[in-house]
Formats: sequence, C-alpha cells, structure tokens
Amino acid sequence: MANKDELLRYYRDMLMIRRFEEKSGQLYGMGLIAGFCHLYIGQEAVVVGVQSELKEGDQIVTGYRDHGHMLAAGMEANGVMAELTGREGGYSRGKGGSMHMFSREKNFYGGHGIVGAQVPIGTGLAFANRYRGNDNVSVAYFGDGAANQGQVYEAFNMASLWKLPVLYVIENNQYAMGTAVERASAETELHKRGISFEIPGKEVDGMDVLKVKAEAKAAIEKIRAGEGPYILEMKTYRYRGHSMSDPAKYRKREEVDDIRSHRDPIEGLKGKLLKDGISTEDELKAIDKEIRAIVNKSAEFAQSSPEPDPSELWTDVLREG
Amino acid sequence: MSVEIRMPALSPTMEEGTLAKWLKKEGDTVTSGDVIAEIETDKATMEVEAVDEGILAKILVPEGSSGVKVNAVIALMAEEGEEISDVSVSTDAAAAEPAPEPESSAPAESSGVGHNWAGARPSLEIPNDPEIPEGATFTSTTVRDALRDAMAEEMRRDKDVFVMGEEVAQYQGAYKVTRELLQEFGDKRVVDTPITEHGFAGLGVGAAFAGLKPVVEFMTFNFAMQAIDQIINSAAKTLYMSGGQMGCPIVFRGPNGAASRVGAQHSQDYSAWYGHVPGLKVIAPYDAADAKALLKAAIRDPNPVVFLEHELLYGESFDVPDLDDYVLPIGKAKVRRIGSDVTLVAHSRMVGFALEAANALAEQGIDAEVIDLRTIRPLDTETVLESVRKTNRIVCCEEGWGRFGVGSEIASVVVEEAFDFLDAPPARVHQKDVPLPYAANLEKLSLAGVEDIIEAAKKVCYVD
Ligand SMILES: Cc1ncc(C[n+]2csc(CCOP(=O)(O)OP(=O)(O)O)c2C)c(N)n1
Ligand SMILES: [Mg+2]
Repeated sequence: MANKDELLRYYRDMLMIRRFEEKSGQLYGMGLIAGFCHLYIGQEAVVVGVQSELKEGDQIVTGYRDHGHMLAAGMEANGVMAELTGREGGYSRGKGGSMHMFSREKNFYGGHGIVGAQVPIGTGLAFANRYRGNDNVSVAYFGDGAANQGQVYEAFNMASLWKLPVLYVIENNQYAMGTAVERASAETELHKRGISFEIPGKEVDGMDVLKVKAEAKAAIEKIRAGEGPYILEMKTYRYRGHSMSDPAKYRKREEVDDIRSHRDPIEGLKGKLLKDGISTEDELKAIDKEIRAIVNKSAEFAQSSPEPDPSELWTDVLREG
Repeated sequence: MSVEIRMPALSPTMEEGTLAKWLKKEGDTVTSGDVIAEIETDKATMEVEAVDEGILAKILVPEGSSGVKVNAVIALMAEEGEEISDVSVSTDAAAAEPAPEPESSAPAESSGVGHNWAGARPSLEIPNDPEIPEGATFTSTTVRDALRDAMAEEMRRDKDVFVMGEEVAQYQGAYKVTRELLQEFGDKRVVDTPITEHGFAGLGVGAAFAGLKPVVEFMTFNFAMQAIDQIINSAAKTLYMSGGQMGCPIVFRGPNGAASRVGAQHSQDYSAWYGHVPGLKVIAPYDAADAKALLKAAIRDPNPVVFLEHELLYGESFDVPDLDDYVLPIGKAKVRRIGSDVTLVAHSRMVGFALEAANALAEQGIDAEVIDLRTIRPLDTETVLESVRKTNRIVCCEEGWGRFGVGSEIASVVVEEAFDFLDAPPARVHQKDVPLPYAANLEKLSLAGVEDIIEAAKKVCYVD
C-alpha cells in the first residue's frame, strides 16, 4: 500500500495533468496553440499509475494524446507548453507541436501522429534493452482504435517470440474519434488481443490510480523477470472531444457527466484521502494552488518565449556524419 | 478581478463562428467543465466549456450573433467573492483585441499556410470547359459539397459503387465530405471501418477485383502510407501482371497536402509519389466544378485512381454548372488564364496562388498564362508544351518538395520537347527541402506561396 507521500504525489501528478490540459484548451481557444491538440482530461490515472512503477532507464512511447505522458515522465510544464505554442523554449524548439515532443533525458520517445506506429517502436525499445542486457522495460501506450492496426499484431508476435521486455498499455477510452469500440472491434475485450501470440493480458479500472498501480506492478515484475510482454487494458474515458475540433455528437452529454461525477480519478483519490484522514481539504487546496501557479507560469513562458529563429528551418534534417 | 471569456478557436482553420446559444445566463454560477455556450463553425456545432470558476456576470455577445471573430470577448465572469456589479467592460475587452502575441507571429489570424487570399479572389474570366454547354447556369458550391454530390450521383447511378473509410458514415466524414451519404444509401454502401488502412485498402482492392467499385476514403493521405503497398503493389500492378485479366476499378480519395499547423507527419503532398507509378491515374483538382466532374470520372474509370483533395479548399466556394451529369475527361489540363509572357503550371491549391500571382504580375506588365494540371498522371504534356511554345518561359509550382517532384518532371518534358522554344531555364516553386515544421513562422517560411511564384516568374522573364 502506498504511503501518504506517495498518495499525495499521485494526487498532485494527476491534478497537474488536469490543470495543464485545461490551460492548453484555453490557449487553443485563444489561437495561441494551433493544429491538432488532443487533451488527456479524464485519463490521468492511467499514466500516473503506470509511471509510479517504472524505474530509472525505463522508456515510454505513446501517440498524439501525449501531454499527460510527458508530464508524468517528469518533463517540464514550461517546455511542453512552449512546444504547444510553437516557440523556441519548447521541447522540439517549436518544430514538433502538440503531437511530436521527445525527451531523451526523461526516456520519453514521443509523441507520434500515426495511429499505431508507437507500438512497434516501443517494441524496438524493448529489443534494445534485451540486446544490451539491462533490466529495463519499455511501455507502449496506445488507444482502443489503434488496437486495430495491423502493425500492432506484427509487433505482438515478435515481442512474444523473442520474450521482449515490453508492457503494452491499451488506453481504452471507449472511442476512437467518433467510433465506439463495439463498432470497430470484433473482440471488444482488448486485453485478450494477445491470446494468439501467447501474451497475457488483464483488464484494469483505469479510473482508479491505485488499481492501475497495483496491476502495473504485477505486470512489470513479470516482464523484468524475463517472462516477455504483457498487455494491460485500461478502462478509461476522455471527457473532451477527440481533438479540439470534435463536436462529440456520437455520445450523450449525460454519459460524460455521469462518468465525471462518479468515476473521476482525481475526485476518487481525493475522496479517499479525506475519508481515510490521510489529508485535509486545506492541504489539497494548497496543492491545487501550487499547481495552478506552475501551469500559469508555463502559459506565460509559452507566450513570452520567442518563435524559433528562421535558421531553425534548416537544422536537424540530417546529422553531420 | 473579472475574467474574460473569449470566442474560442475550435479547429485548426476556424477564424470566426456563430454564437448559436448561451446555456448559462447572467448571474449563473459556473464551474470548470460546465458547458456555457454552443458555437457553430462551417463544419460543426461545438460546445464551449468553462475553464475558470465563478459567476457569469455579463454576456457581451448575444446568442444568434454570426461572424464572431476568434478571440473576441463574448462574456465576463466574476470570480469568487466579487460583486457582479463590479464587473465592467474594459475598453480592451470591448474592442475584442486578439491575445497579445510576439512581434513576428499572428497565429490567430493567419491560416498558417502559405499566403492568405488577399481580399478578393482573382477576377479573371476563366474560359469554360468545352463540356459545359452555352447558356448553362451555375450554382456556387463548396469543394466539400461538390465532392459529396459527385459520390451521391455515382452511387445513384451504379449500385456497385460503395464508400468505405474511417468515420465516413455515422460521423458524416472527418471533414464532412461524406455528409448524408449514410442517410441516403444505408450502411451497406457507406461503411465505417476500423483504423486499419492497410487492411481496408487491400479489402477494397479485393472487392474491386471482384467487380465492385469502391471509393476508399483516407481520413488524410498521410495515413494512406499505411496502405501504400496495397495501392501500388496490388491495385496498380495487377492488371499488368495478370495479362489484362484483373481490372481494379477503385478510387482512393481524401485530403492531401498541408493543412494548417498540423506538423510534419500530417502535412505531406503525395502528388509526386503516386504520379511516379504506372498503373495508377492521379487527379488533383482545384475548384469545385473540377472536383465534382473529375471525381465522377474517377469512379467510372476502370482503373485505380488516386484522387488528391485539399483540406484548405474544402470550404471554398466556386461555380458548378447545373448539369445532370457533368463529367470531365481525366488527363486534360485547363488553361485558367490566357497570357503571353510566361507559363505558370500548378495543381490543387497552388492554382489559386498562381492566379493571384498572375494578377500581381499583370500590374507589373507581365502577362502570365496559368495552367491547372488537374490530372498528374497521365500528364497533359501537350497543353503545357503548346503554352511554352507561345510564352517561351515556364514556372512549375507545387506544394510538395521539389526534388523528384511534379515540377521536375514537367521541366524535363519541356526541355526534351520544346528546348528550342525556351528563352530561360524552367523554374520550380515548391516547399523547402525539410519536414514541415509546426511553429507558425517556420511553417510560413517552409511553404511556397504567391510571392515565390511572382519572384520565379520575374526571374525567368529577366525582370527585377
Ligand atoms: C494511421 C492513422 N489513421 C488515422 C488517423 C487519424 N486519427 C487520429 S486519432 C484517431 C483515433 C484513434 O483512437 P484511439 O486509438 O482510440 O485513441 P484515442 O484518440 O481515443 O486516445 C484517428 C482515426 C491517424 N492519425 N493515423
Ligand atoms: Mg480511444
């Protein structure tokens, strides 16, 4: 069981993502962020729970709904927000945008815009760990929609065949853009998608950070012990539209409200912290205030950081070699 | 302190919208996440959620207002503990200024890509296609609706035509190009697929081998790279490999090229990629009439056709002739402006830029001829050569990269076949040789626009 410090850290990390995403949405509305911008609001427990079981050197990779993963991996709010506004202070110096950020230092391998592409890539990270003989694992996050891409299964087969140390986290938020899982998947229990490759899988309540943590712990222990890949299907939910321009007419407002008021990962943990006397309203309010300050500062940074120098257009196409 | 609620941008290309409805009224308490208003854009009705908490103190833009600019202040909120009556409209708020931005950029204002239409579009008489009879009437139609109408007409005409792709049915198309097709034709003929491009492109090829006529929509052509093996190895080559037995009457269509600030993986022009492949036909129309008539032709064609649309043209309106069955031949370019000094060749969105450049050049005494290729493969070299034999100069314009591009091909055809007519080496206008960056300023530098065409035209005319 997690101690008070740990519990408060999960609370803080989830709230950080929530507030950061709300701010991104706001900056998008002001035209300061452009293009595609996919918010992670509602899914915070998944990445925070899994991340809490990773150790130094473990790598993660995800798709385009990636701001939460970056923050959870320890990347700075300033650098992420400034990338969203396309400024020099961003993690890709403004050249990547919302969907394409990376941090070698934090072992965050992106940030990928092509649905499903991160799955073979995450498997390759695991291949490198095996090759080097270290005991690191990689985590590849992908959506319920991505779970239908062919390359996912090509990767599954190799990962299992070669017993690669990779954790596949399917973030089943029940929709791929406007398509509900049952309209796209013959087998809707996505954790079973590994069966014919002999990859074990488990369904997890992805709205409960402690349950996520517990299942991630069990899976990662097996993976680190050399047993090969594992699939965790996180049942979760995104509150906002697919991207900023999705009117989300494919689901009822009540469906969103219902989950938000009964299964919200942050409210859930908050309730537990208060009920069990682990923390107080005042303490949690103070955390919220602190986080708002960090997020507001990142928004200021993201607006005051200059645009990249025009010469940046020509850099980084190839390495000198 | 009161908090200003501004008109949000709800899509990469939105500049203004209609404030359809207020769902909260003055005096209501608002918590973050509450839906406070509904906004209509050209594509959809969207809900606006509150970010801050407080009391809705003043509504500045009443419901039903249209043409509300992104970033205009639409309401004021009082924060916890603040009296509503204290909330006043600052002059700044009333003026609805855009948010402060650093010197060199204007992300909220610009379409982000190349050049904006500088007010009016080119006012030149465009010669009609011979297919349009004298006295025909026209209806102003968006490119989006023209494409939709083309599919609907062909589906009515031929029961073997069906549409397949991601979000084409219930969602009505990610870019609303398949709007209302599901309602008219049902889910047997308008098929939502999982996100599995390689799979459904191949499935489409199989259905076409079996004699059906699939119209396969890629949400954007960037995602068709997942499927490119089926497009090239299966669709394009099988007729040849089977000694003429296995025809593949299929259309692969969707938006191609840069949208607006969507980054390197979502902004590629595939004209040259597909133009390279024997066994394919490749179409890239500019206006709504061509989009309609050529998509109809593509659906009827017994070969695999790659049909490249442009997201930034979907919302543009053009005249479409009111004809029951308007079909154009594939492989015929169109002279959109007659001129004598230099030939500008372009396709898709670049045609608009070329026309704009031609207008600007005219003011400087240079009379440019503008050719809209419309089809990339087969390439209408005759129309291009005829023009060059008259003007003796050519500028090839395309949105994509220059190396091994459409312009390279045209330049080499011109050099091979009309060398003696050239008074200057052919010039090429194209995207910079880098992946498309996200930052507003870099994206602008990266994509070619009207100015680049003007500059290239002056260069081949030896004018500075
Ligand atoms: C290969 C490919 N096809 C289509 C798209 C367009 N697209 C982007 S996200 C998305 C839905 C993905 O849904 P899911 O995997 O469930 O992830 P979620 O967005 O729910 O996090 C689609 C169709 C894409 N980016 N890449
Ligand atoms: Mg999903």
